Amino acid sequence: MMERIKMKQVIFNESLCKSCELCVEACPKHIIEMDLDRLNVKGYHPAMIKPENMEKCISCGFCAIMCPDTVITVIK
Amino acid sequence: MAVVFEKTKGLTDIPFHYCPGCTHGIVHRLVAEVMEELGVLDKAIGVAPVGCAVFAYEYFNCDMQEAAHGRAPAVATGIKRVHPDKVVFTYQGDGDLAAIGTAETVHAAARGENITVIFVNNAIYGMTGGQMAPTSLIGQETLTTPYGRKPENNGYPVKMCEMLSTLDGASYIERVSVYDVKHILQAKKAIKNAFTAQLNKKGFSMIEVLSSCPTNWGLSPNEALKCIKDNMEPYYPLGVYKNTLEEVK
Amino acid sequence: MAKVLMKGNEALAEAAIQAGCRHYFGYPITPQNEVTAYMAKRMPEVGGVFLQAESEVSAINMVYGAGGAGARVLITSSSPGISLMQEGISYIAGAEVPCVIANIMRGGPGLGGIQPSQSDYFQATKGGGHGDYKLIVLAPSTIQEMADLVQQAFDIADKYRNPVMILGDGMLGQMMEPVDFDSIKKGENHIEEKTWATTGMGTRKKKNIINSLELDPQILEKHNIGLFKKYEKASKEEVRYEMINCEDAEIILVAYGTIARVVKNVIELAKRENIKVGLIRPVSLWPFPVEPFEKTVDHVKGYLSIEMSMGQMVEDVKLAVNGRKPVYFYGRAGGMVPETDAILEEIRKISGGAK
Repeated sequence: MMERIKMKQVIFNESLCKSCELCVEACPKHIIEMDLDRLNVKGYHPAMIKPENMEKCISCGFCAIMCPDTVITVIK
Repeated sequence: MAVVFEKTKGLTDIPFHYCPGCTHGIVHRLVAEVMEELGVLDKAIGVAPVGCAVFAYEYFNCDMQEAAHGRAPAVATGIKRVHPDKVVFTYQGDGDLAAIGTAETVHAAARGENITVIFVNNAIYGMTGGQMAPTSLIGQETLTTPYGRKPENNGYPVKMCEMLSTLDGASYIERVSVYDVKHILQAKKAIKNAFTAQLNKKGFSMIEVLSSCPTNWGLSPNEALKCIKDNMEPYYPLGVYKNTLEEVK
Repeated sequence: MAKVLMKGNEALAEAAIQAGCRHYFGYPITPQNEVTAYMAKRMPEVGGVFLQAESEVSAINMVYGAGGAGARVLITSSSPGISLMQEGISYIAGAEVPCVIANIMRGGPGLGGIQPSQSDYFQATKGGGHGDYKLIVLAPSTIQEMADLVQQAFDIADKYRNPVMILGDGMLGQMMEPVDFDSIKKGENHIEEKTWATTGMGTRKKKNIINSLELDPQILEKHNIGLFKKYEKASKEEVRYEMINCEDAEIILVAYGTIARVVKNVIELAKRENIKVGLIRPVSLWPFPVEPFEKTVDHVKGYLSIEMSMGQMVEDVKLAVNGRKPVYFYGRAGGMVPETDAILEEIRKISGGAK
């Protein structure tokens, strides 16, 4: 079962996220954070972008390139 | 709407079992992407190692063989000699390639076997709990060097790219890393060159990827990536060590 | 091809080629170097691959790769080299990869000697490598039989998806006898039938994995049980043996390979002394032929196992006889060959009531 939170440009396949935070460091706009209010099915805080931060996204794809678990899909 | 990044068809849907932040996930993906982009997934046959990546046969979307520890280059040789027109690769860690499998590695390169070896070097034995690897650095504390690696007892770290580049059978050898996006993209280019060397029947190709092991290094994933840059890269310089491909500079 | 006078090692190699083997990986070791030399010349002639590896460890893993990729593969070595291969053989059996391995035995243990022996019987039939698996083991006694059994070995290996071992010795490897290859049914490698092999996915929807790893103990146990179902079938269908003069024999000698040839002479000599001696010659060492013992245990006085070892097959003879009659042993080691006079003396002792 895939929990998909569809953001305007960046889709996180949450159940695969291991909260490693490589994407947080990689994002040049610093808009990725761990959702400390929730745990995914593995027990990790999944990565997410707050809706209000989404407009700052430049679709560079760095987060997806950095992610070791192919959690992220980036659509322009 | 344009897709900037989506998961490659070169990987199956089976989730990786690797630790959070482990660079194996990145390297697997790069290899899979390269094979998809070169259009060789339907003729690829990979050989999985013993180590953290022992389940690699589950993750790549192509025929796979699991090898005994260190023997992947020999297994790959057997496969390539039966199917010279297929794309045969191995995926190995530092224990597999530079300890128990050194003879198999060296001789596959010496013979100029048209195979591609992906060498994930994180200077430690991850799967078995963090013992010293041949590539562990002087002073590095591991499970079997609790006081730090001392040359008088354990000798010096092994530089595989440098060693193998002396062999005439080696066609493309490059050392890369994956500690930031810029280096990941360079690593992907290098892996593509290596597979291209195989497709052009140039001989043995190997890409050494300086990688991290957050769990056994005792660092957070991001700290571990920084550790590659600060500690590993000075000893293991990145760059091309052998290149017989005319097309690539 | 008319009857050819050939060295055992070379007949082994030629028989493999005629069975459809086009991939050979090996490493030099005495007394089987003629195989590598022959294959180096012959494989290119038939468009096959000969590769001298850097060690037997590497070579057996090349066999694992090539066999997993669907080829008929041969590897040969001699005792110390076969020891090096044990890890690989265990993997090959666990992953259900077919291949043929020939051991031209020499004196051991350790570096030992280069003269013939039969001291790898345990290694061949009782494991050698780790884990629960079996090799189907065939032991020729003449060069013609060597060629016959090599052909059968490839067929058996493919039939069961299991490694098969030809157990020879230095004498068999070095001696020359006429071989008629035309009398042997020829073989081919039907790679397209090996739908499990790693040939590249092509249009196949499902990928093939050759693997012996399984961390879930329930699944691994199931796998072991599955392997043993194969071995059970082989125990019924792959038994091979020869019986000579056993119907009214007083003493039955049990011998295989080169020693069986010596024993055949002894039977004649014993006849002249009015001692009725028979021979059970196992040709399959695994599965060990139990039938000939069942057929003879009631009327025989005792069995004498003769080996070029300190006593290995004798244990299987004892198991087959199961305490019903005495089992004796006579052997030579280190490369020494039991002589007819010495064997005759043992027979006299047993016949005269000596235990």
